[in-house]
Parts: sequence; C-alpha cells; structure tokens
Amino acid sequence: MLSPAILIPAILNGLMSGAVYALVALGLTLIYGVLHIINFAHGALLTAAMFAAFFANRWLGLDPYVAAFLLTPLFFALGYALQRFVIGPAAHGEDRNILLVTLGLAVVIENALLYVFRADTRILDLPYGFDTIQVGPAFIALPRAIAFVAVIAVALALWLIMRFSDTGKAIRAVAREKLGAELAGIDVAHVYAMTFGLGTACLAVAACLLIPSYYVNPSAGNAFVLIAFTIVVLGGMGSVAGALIGGLFVGVVESLSGLWLGESLGQIGIFLIFILALLLRPSGLFGERA
Amino acid sequence: MKAQAKSLLPILVALALLAAVPLVTTSNVVLNFLVFALLIALVGQGWNLLGGYGGQHSFGHAAFFGTGAYVTAILQVRYGVNAWPAFALGIFAGAAVGAVIGALAFRSGLRGSYFALVTLAFAEVLRIVASVAPITGAGVGTLVKLDLRWQALQFQSRVPFYLIILALVAVSLVLVRVVERTRFGAWLVAVRENEDAARALGVDTTLVKIGAMMLSAAITAAGGCFYAQYYLFIDAGIAYGPWISIEALLAPIVGGVGTVFGPLLGALVVKSLGEATKLLAGDAPGLDLVIYGSVLVLVVAFAPRGIAGLLADLRRWGRRAPAGALAEADHA
Amino acid sequence: MPEPLLRVDTVSKRFGGLLAVDRASFDAPAGRITALIGPNGAGKTTLFAIIAGFLRPSAGRVRYDGADITGLPPHRLARRGIARTFQIVQPFAGLTVAENIAVGAHLHHASRARALAAAAAVARTVDLDGELAKPAAALTVAGRKRLELARALAIEPKLLLLDEVLAGLNPSEVRDMVPVIRAIAARGVTIVMIEHVMQAVMSLAGHVFVLAEGRVIAEGAPQRIAADPRVVEAYLGHGAAQRMMGAAR
Repeated sequence: MLSPAILIPAILNGLMSGAVYALVALGLTLIYGVLHIINFAHGALLTAAMFAAFFANRWLGLDPYVAAFLLTPLFFALGYALQRFVIGPAAHGEDRNILLVTLGLAVVIENALLYVFRADTRILDLPYGFDTIQVGPAFIALPRAIAFVAVIAVALALWLIMRFSDTGKAIRAVAREKLGAELAGIDVAHVYAMTFGLGTACLAVAACLLIPSYYVNPSAGNAFVLIAFTIVVLGGMGSVAGALIGGLFVGVVESLSGLWLGESLGQIGIFLIFILALLLRPSGLFGERA
Repeated sequence: MKAQAKSLLPILVALALLAAVPLVTTSNVVLNFLVFALLIALVGQGWNLLGGYGGQHSFGHAAFFGTGAYVTAILQVRYGVNAWPAFALGIFAGAAVGAVIGALAFRSGLRGSYFALVTLAFAEVLRIVASVAPITGAGVGTLVKLDLRWQALQFQSRVPFYLIILALVAVSLVLVRVVERTRFGAWLVAVRENEDAARALGVDTTLVKIGAMMLSAAITAAGGCFYAQYYLFIDAGIAYGPWISIEALLAPIVGGVGTVFGPLLGALVVKSLGEATKLLAGDAPGLDLVIYGSVLVLVVAFAPRGIAGLLADLRRWGRRAPAGALAEADHA
Repeated sequence: MPEPLLRVDTVSKRFGGLLAVDRASFDAPAGRITALIGPNGAGKTTLFAIIAGFLRPSAGRVRYDGADITGLPPHRLARRGIARTFQIVQPFAGLTVAENIAVGAHLHHASRARALAAAAAVARTVDLDGELAKPAAALTVAGRKRLELARALAIEPKLLLLDEVLAGLNPSEVRDMVPVIRAIAARGVTIVMIEHVMQAVMSLAGHVFVLAEGRVIAEGAPQRIAADPRVVEAYLGHGAAQRMMGAAR
C-alpha cells in the first residue's frame, strides 16, 4: 500500500525530527537524572531560546548556526543562575515545591515573551532554508540534515564531558549518591546548577537547529517539550541513551502516523502514548504493589 | 453541636459580608470583578480538596472545569435540555471524569511529579479533542443562546449571578469544613502526610484518593458550569486551557493550602493583583500571568503556607503564648 | 495443639540478585511475645514488610488466624487485626498526637468524636496523654516511638509487629517501655518484636528466632539462644564463639 518512495522519506524525516526531540529530551533527562526533578520550565526555556535565536538573526544578523556558539554559553549561564539562585533556594528541598516553582517559572517566562513580543508567529527567511539534499529516494531539507549531524556531535560532546571531565565525574557522583558526594567535598548546589545549565544549553543548541525550518511564537516550545517528556518517560528517566534512542523512535513514529492520521490526531497520539507510559511504568513507590 | 456551630461561624460571617455587597454598590465593574474572583475561589476550593488536604498536586484541573462548562453548554444548545438540570449534569460529568482520571492515575500508583504530569496530559488531550470535535463546535467554540429568564439560568442584572456564585462558594466552604471533621477527611490528610503509615493503619489509600479526586472535580466542574452560564461562550482554549489549571492551584497556594478559606482569600488577593496590574500597565496579554507566575514562586519560596499561614504566624507572634497554645493557634 | 496465630512458612524474598530472605519459617503463638533477633541486614524488617502486606514474597506463604494472607494489601490486613510499627518512625508530622492516633482509631470508629476519645484512651496506656495537643513533629525520640506504638494499638490489633521499637532510647526510657509492652501482651495481643536491645528481649520474649543472612539459624528460649554458639558467630563473626570459649578458659 505504501511504497518505499513514501515510506523511506517519512522514516528519514522522522529520524531528523527525532534527533532534535532527542536533544530536548536529553536536557530534560539530565536534569531529572541528577536533580531528580521534572523541569516544568523546560518548554518555556526552549521557547525563550528560540526567540533568542530568532532575534540574534533579526537584530544581529547572525546565522543561527553561528548564533549557537553565542547562545549556548549564554543559556548555560541562565540555567545555572536559575537553579542556583531561584529554584534551589525557593524549593527548600521539597519535591512538591520544586514542581510549583518550575511551573511558576514556566508561566513567567512564557507570558513575559507573550507580553513583549505578542502572540504573532514569526519565521526566519534564510537563503538556505529550503535547500534540500538527496539521500536515496528522499529529499531531505538541508537544515534538518545539519540538525541531525549536530545532535550527534552534541551528544558525543556531552558523553565526553560526563565521562572524562572533573565536572562530569562530580555530576555522576551526585546523581548516584548525593550525600556521599557531599561528604567527599563536592559542592552539590554547584553541581546541581551546572547540570541545569547543561540542560538549558542543550535547549539553546536545539533552538538554533530548529529555527531555520520552524516557526516561533510564545507557545512553540511546548509542543516539543511534551514530546520530550514522552521520550524521557519511555526511555527511562535519567537515561541518556534512552533519550537518544527514544527520541529517534518517537520521531519516526510521529512521522509515520502523521502519514495516516494528520496533524491534530497525531498530537493526541503522542499524549496518549505519554499517558500510557506513565500509567504502565513500574511504580516508583517503596516496595511492590501488593 | 456547639463546636459545630462555632466552626461554621466564620464562614457565615464572611458570606454575610459578601452577600451585602450588592446592597452597597450597583457598580457592574465591582460585581464583575467579584463574580470572577468568586468563580476562581470555587475552582480553587476544588483543587484545594485534592491538593491541599490530600497532598496530590494536580496540574490539569482544567479537565474538570472544561467538562462542566461543555456539558452544560452542549446539553442546552444541542439537546434542548433546561439550564438547571444541565448545570447539575455538568457537575456529575465533571465528577465522572475525575473518577476516571483518578482511578487510572492512582491505581498505577502515580504520585508527585508523575501525577502532576499525567493530569496535565489528560487536560491537554481533552483540549485537543474539544478543538477538533464537531460536537463542541471545534475551533469556533460553543455559544449559549441568550435567553434572559431565570428558567434558563440567565439574568439581566449581575446581582442574581453574583448571589448564585456566592452560594456555590458557600456550599464549597461548608463541604470542605464538613470533610475536615469526618473520617474521610482524617484519612485524606493521613494520606497526604504519609501514605505508607496510613496504609498500615487500615486506610485504603487508593480509594480515598479517588474519592477526593471526584469531590474535587465536582466542585471545580461547578465553576465551569457557572462560567458557561455567565459568559455564554466557551471554546477549547477557555474550557480546557492551561490558564484555568494554573488559576485553580494559584488561589489555594497563595491563600493557604489545606485550609477552608485559603482559596477564597487567595482568589481575592490574586485577582486584585491582576486588576491593579491592568490599571497600572494596561491590558496587554501575558502581563497578568507573569505576575501570577512570580507570585507563585515567591509564595512557595517565602510563605509556603500562604496567607492563612502568615496570619496564623502573626497571631502567634502577637500572643507569645506557651507551647500548648501554639498548637491551638495552628488549628485556628 | 491449636494453630499459631501467625505462621510464616518457608518465605523467601529476592530483590534482583540479592536474596534478602531465604526460606525463613517461624510461628507466633497467640497471646505470647515472640522475638526476632539477628545482625543488621539479616532480613528481619523485610520479613515484617512481607507479613504486613507491603511486599510480596518470592516464595512461601504466610498464614494468619487460620487463613492464607499472602499477598493481601496492608490496609486489608490492618482490618483483619495486623498492626505494625516502622523501624524509622513515620509520624504524620503535620498533625497533633491526638490526630495521629485518631487516624488509627478511625478504623473502628467512624465518628470523629469517638475516634478522638479512643485515641485519648490509647494515649493513656502509653503515657502520652499529657501531649495530645502537641504537634507530632515536636516530640522527642522516645515520644515518637510511643506515638508509633499508640497509633498501631489504636487499630485494636490481634497481632502487633514491633520493629525495633526500643531503638534510640536510653536505658531509662527502655526500662519505662518494657512494662508497657508487657501490659499490651497481657491484654491478649500477640506480639512479634524485632529487637537489638537484648535486656528487653530477655525479659519480654517467650520464644526467640534468630535470623542471619536471611535464614533462621536458631530458635528457642531466650536464655538458651544467648549461649548458642551459632548465634554468637552470627553477631560477632566466624570463629568468635570458639575464641570466646578459649578466652574463658
């Protein structure tokens, strides 16, 4: 029924989208794996990064791929500051409070963007925005192909940092055993902030990779973040490999179901998978369910 | 009996004061403001039962608000049902949705962040369905026909609406106060404090949570039904949008979670803040929510027990009482 | 010979690669105090969790009051009369002492007033009636242990599982608690206690089971157990019994 000529491009496109989803999910799962919090502000921060990338082009004339080198450290610093000076202190260490604080942040960021930039949807008009490259029977949009390669590079870079750098080792120590790490002299608040910063930095990269082919408005980030949440829950909270593989998988599923179901229903599909994943995942309670 | 009367007294006083407002002013602006604030107080009281007393923080109470609103509206518009039974059915529908979501979420053992996430997801699914389903008018929304008779639950003047929403809020206050004094309430609070300890004491924690969810949903749904009658227009974004999920939790958190008056206090304060913002900085979209989000963060950071908690602290400070009375002040 | 109130029958519990409980069996006769002792990590609390319904055993059955209760959830077992305290106390921190105990009392008393009255009565039996209005978070360690005990008693249990209820108490507090526990047993409640405080085990328990590495390695009257070389070895290490005997010569 569906020929390879239709399926293969759908799958390839799915992989490309999936790569960006994976990057967003990576930030989320990193934050969860180390801080054990679900960052409800992730979507709003992505939106903010997308706006930043957009205006970096509009006002500074920076190509998004170049802007990435500016925005990534900037958003790293923003994430660091948010965790160190807002979320950490405000939450008093209680899980429930962290939920509410990140939710509050999300509301503030999203609506600040709405207030300043209005609800208009904007899109960048780049010279290469519609270029395609040919892979087998498929024509892949150039920005998406670049995004795919870039995500692999970023994932690799993150892996190297986590594996070999002192910071990475400290992060892994805190993730595994916070009290022990603290007793060993690691500044946990600093590590938490670094991790949050890394998560936000991932968003900055993702934003720059998305902007050439995607629109931006104050709720743009939310669509991606829902998918990211789904990936993280499916792939395992805190698992980097899970985020990557899950991301690619979800990208392909979305692309294929989009062929059959159309866009709105596709969205519902993702939500339903998300709900099912949440309901069926083994419970995180102490002991088994009797 | 005497204790019962005493505990209802503050509610009666507050209600009497509020009921007297139409006698003092005929300003539509004031009445509009109060109607909306009371609506939020009602919706917030629903959230408060599950979130404040039960400790289960839902980020998707829009699911119940929207269901109440849509059921009320659609029954009238498409099936010619009279407004009053439509209102009641809207509440039942909300409770039913609460039962379903509660059963799914709690039997899977979801707590904390995961519970918040799943409620968020359910609300979003409903929103998307409502935005494309023909029965809700899809993108265009649903318009309730103007029919200014009391039989159709519509009125020329704002005052009857005001009194109705006030009555609904009153019922919700009494309901919560009553729950506080029953076994169900004691079990609910135990579940919030320590679920495993509660189970060891014979509490069927899953059933208690589902029950709280249903009651919470019913109260919030009543707010949705009222919204449909008062504003006469709803669409997917209004009925099931994140805005109402956020308002639902903001009012109780600001006012004081787990207290009877928290949502009312919080709603009045937050809405006043919103109005003040509009006066000072104009009516641009987004600004009020920026303020609300900031308030949420600030309250959680500096006054986690909300206004009610601050008042209790002030009272304690003023009294400088010995340890025994401290515990008393905690339960004012 | 009547069936004991509680019979744990060849129960095992595996957590992934770890065998926490290994074919453990023991009986608790009605109306008596039975003690479960053994070094840390021996699986005692895991056994309690299994009996009380918080965990399902990987193998084996639990019989209580003539019926197989394996796998029933905690709240149902509480309704059948099994109460447990937790090794790390779990008070309802935001509630007062009275409200804490009342949650338990509510199992048999629907009315708030009656539950609070029953709570007050229970509080009197553990000497907490002077602190009913105090927030649970403000109690001392000894107070919290008593609260833990009172809450469990409030559900009017037939079987009471005490998990190190004396841990963290100083000698005089222990001396105060022992008669309380004895009085509970005298009222007909069957008690199984996990304990490290040996003086209490000696004076309270009628029968002792020793667990080490998940297995029951000895059982008998308290005095006999204390002298059993296998028990000494379990606590002090391989060869310790012999060294002690050699040192005694």
